[in-house]
Amino acid sequence: MKVPIKAFGIAKEIIGGSSIVVEIPAGSQVTDLLQLLKEQYPAFKELASLAIAVNATYADPEQEISTGDEVVIIPPVAGG
Amino acid sequence: MVKDIQLLTSPLSLETCQAQADDPTAGGTVLFIGTVRNHTSGKTVLRLHFEAYEPMAIQEMDKIAVQASEQWPLHRVAIHHRTGMLLPGDIAVIIAVSAAHRAEAFAACQYAIDTLKQTVPIWKKEFFEDGEVWVAAHP
Repeated sequence: MKVPIKAFGIAKEIIGGSSIVVEIPAGSQVTDLLQLLKEQYPAFKELASLAIAVNATYADPEQEISTGDEVVIIPPVAGG
Repeated sequence: MVKDIQLLTSPLSLETCQAQADDPTAGGTVLFIGTVRNHTSGKTVLRLHFEAYEPMAIQEMDKIAVQASEQWPLHRVAIHHRTGMLLPGDIAVIIAVSAAHRAEAFAACQYAIDTLKQTVPIWKKEFFEDGEVWVAAHP
């Protein structure tokens, strides 16, 4: 399935835009997506951390991604 | 506990944030004011750009207020965070916490800013004379 993914902060610069569409098998988990992103964009491996938010909430690695989910790459946060 | 969570593109107001924490039954209000430092590792900071994943940032700040009130008896919690381009001295965040007694207000305010820095999806880029860097991105 095709999943649109949004990016913020340094993740935007790494993927070269504010969003991408990735092709992943149905039933893929967040951990699979993270692995795919790190393979396609090795710069993600250099970051202090990398998380995925699904529908505006931090997702567990084993969470399955479904069609229609809002998926966002969360590089290390630095608010305040 | 009454909370007021805001993500704003306009300058933050101490008076507004403090007013959100006002409560006649509170004996103390603690305010944390986070400002843009004019230097990092000996380099002059020209400006700072903040961006947020807005719906989630609001939600995570809301969670912090709730979690703080679960740990301490609080009256009100206000968290105001700014986004966009800021200059040294500008206020990036204000947290105001009121409680019956000061110890709870101090502890909860510290918890709120420490947790905000760890969990809220807000990013900042520092601009120097000779380059720019996403803060905390790399180990």
